[in-house]
Amino acid sequence: MNPISETVIDHYLKLAGLADEYGAIDLALDLLDRGVPAEDVLLDLVAPAQARVGELWAADEWSVAREHAATAVSDRVVAAVAAHARPRPTRERIIVACADGEYHALPARLLTEVLRLRGWQVDFLGASVPDAHLITYLHQTDPEAVAISCTLPTRLPRAHATLTACRSVGVPVLAGGRGFGPGGHRARLLGADAWASSARLAADRLDRGLPPFPPQPAALEHLADGEYTYLAGRRGDLVARVTRTLSAAYPPMASYDARQMETTAEDLAHYADFLAAALYVDDGALFTDFVTWTAGVLRARGVPDGAVPAALDVFAGELRDFPRARRFLAAAAAALTGPS
Amino acid sequence: MSGTCAQGDPARSTADRSPSPPDRPAPVLPADAPAPVPPPGRPVPDEQQRTRFLLEVGARLSASLNLHRCARTAVELVVPFLADAALIVLPPGAAGRSAWLRAADDRSRPQEGVITAAEASTVPGLAEALTGFPPAPSRWLDPAQAPGWLLPEGYGPAGHLLVTPLPGNGVAAGALVLARRIGTPSFEEETEALVRVFAARVGAAISAALLYQEQSSVNQVLTTGLLPPPLPELDGVELAGSLRASQKATRIGGDFYDVYLPGPARNGPAGDDPADQDGAAALVALGDVCGKGAQAAVLAGQIRHSLRALMLVERRPERLAELLNRFLLGFPPPRSFATMVLAELRPAAGRLRVGLTAAGHPPPLILRRDGTVEESTARGTLLGVFNEVTAASVAVDLAPGELCLLYSDGITEAFGGPTGEEMYGEHRLRADLSTCVGMPARAVAERLEQLSTEWLADHGGIHDDRALLVIQARTR
Repeated sequence: MNPISETVIDHYLKLAGLADEYGAIDLALDLLDRGVPAEDVLLDLVAPAQARVGELWAADEWSVAREHAATAVSDRVVAAVAAHARPRPTRERIIVACADGEYHALPARLLTEVLRLRGWQVDFLGASVPDAHLITYLHQTDPEAVAISCTLPTRLPRAHATLTACRSVGVPVLAGGRGFGPGGHRARLLGADAWASSARLAADRLDRGLPPFPPQPAALEHLADGEYTYLAGRRGDLVARVTRTLSAAYPPMASYDARQMETTAEDLAHYADFLAAALYVDDGALFTDFVTWTAGVLRARGVPDGAVPAALDVFAGELRDFPRARRFLAAAAAALTGPS
Repeated sequence: MSGTCAQGDPARSTADRSPSPPDRPAPVLPADAPAPVPPPGRPVPDEQQRTRFLLEVGARLSASLNLHRCARTAVELVVPFLADAALIVLPPGAAGRSAWLRAADDRSRPQEGVITAAEASTVPGLAEALTGFPPAPSRWLDPAQAPGWLLPEGYGPAGHLLVTPLPGNGVAAGALVLARRIGTPSFEEETEALVRVFAARVGAAISAALLYQEQSSVNQVLTTGLLPPPLPELDGVELAGSLRASQKATRIGGDFYDVYLPGPARNGPAGDDPADQDGAAALVALGDVCGKGAQAAVLAGQIRHSLRALMLVERRPERLAELLNRFLLGFPPPRSFATMVLAELRPAAGRLRVGLTAAGHPPPLILRRDGTVEESTARGTLLGVFNEVTAASVAVDLAPGELCLLYSDGITEAFGGPTGEEMYGEHRLRADLSTCVGMPARAVAERLEQLSTEWLADHGGIHDDRALLVIQARTR
């Protein structure tokens, strides 16, 4: 029988939500004392609880502060479990890093500890690792492989640059994180040598080994239309125009105060970023997923349903000469009105 | 020079491989020589294969600046194309020992080891090759003389062995040993010529990697003291910092923070009481040296260390600011200036009293339990410009969970936002800080860093250094 039942996860989540660091650590260490392998405590307790944290925030049940406090608790729990297990490295070096701009560090931290438990010598470079730092580090350390975590699809263009740079110095890359899409098809497109949907599968994949000097993947032909380049380069301009047009086209905005206007502009900037990322990987589903998720988040916070379609409409109007972007915008709008 | 004979190599006799003087020109096949007949089992590579091989060698070896990877890449490239097994012995390190890497045609990953100078000298020609001078040609080795470590386990005696020095362009770059099994053809002239070209590429890559490694390890030693220190665990106080340098490869810059515990012997160990018996308190400093990159980082390091020394004789923050000002004024022009905030930490009865002294620095912000954000009234003159500076300390009391945020202007002056044309500004920092009630110090520092990074996101590559330090009264 699995000692980490739903009840245990719920209990852990409650402790984390109360920022009860010591309670959560005790719970995890108690499982270890009862013979549960450290890897299971990390991946069957902390990881699923942490996934719930994200959902609770999206559903507006938890505040940002509570979400961050819980994540900080989980981070301490991971450290405590690792300190308890104290694995000795017997294998080669692997580097784990979050893509540039990626701040969800916990999944990468979990992978780090799981790899250490399996005997690898792991260097965890932390959240938002700039390319230049990572590449310098590769030259200095010569790892067996690099594992790059990207949970936010908007960081994919940067992650692609990182991935390409690692491979060009001959170090194979394992990609992980939701950013690479369900099934990891974006990881393959961007030339990752392997992809894994979970820390356990990532560790299994690295156990099997990745060959150095993989063949270079094909170029991203779809970028030739310049739509991504335009959107990424003129982002501020576009967001300013969309915000202006939307405030005229969407009546509720007339009563927005300065702070609400700014929040709206920030939201619209996210639309632009996700649309740009979708253009980069030529994957309309990336944008549609974001839009349906945003609509859900806004619904949970009592924002009228019309806001998202209105925004999509204005973007489509501003991007008249961009057929690929317009196609993605239309698909997202259709997904909102379609059966849900 | 019996080592250059080729016993066990029926294809050749010792007579046609006499030892050569170092300056002997590379043997060139006479133009009218008959084309070499590929011996059975190992065809001589044709022109196209040789070209493809050298292209791949060039591409792969130029990719890395890591010594180990260059050597590994080299032995993997050459097996099985030119030999059944290949060994690279790297130039000796400090203790005279040489690391080696070896690949064999069984497709397993290369093996590694270390040999002493004495062991290296048992292979004729190897010791000379490892010193890198005088330049020596490649030479055949009598397989009977090969020590056991030279070949992979279970390989059996080699039929042919070729030792080639790796030319290192001024530095020793090690040697390459190629082996072919008994019963396979020897290294024919054309292959030897190809091996020489290959060795030249490998030597160039290894010597570049050696130089890079040397510089980067010196660089690492020099910059370690310039990176933010690990923050100590203190009773009653939770500290968390974040530092993002504009110089991304080395991560050093003009922003800095440091923590000074009372008593010189007490710096470092965890669980320290921030105040000792005679009332000296732990001091936190966060500052910003004008400028970016290595130059600013060096001055920031000097300020941190000066402060550490000054604190042996002076603990009053106002006086420390004055002394640092004189220290900076003492530099020859062009002088740089700095701003700084000092925070004395005095936990008492479940609360934390923070004595704040600012020197031309953005005043720290205080987050109360109800989400109110206050600005500290600590003000003072920046350091390194005026002969006289004024700095007054202000005390702030923190209840458990409340915190004080020290930050550099790189945070508030971050340029970007949704329209890409706005400064993050103090009002946004205050608004974002007010959402952090109930978070532990580390989460606050991470969140504020993240928000500021997102504000900057992709708007041009150059931004200022950004530093944050959270001082929180512990909740338990």
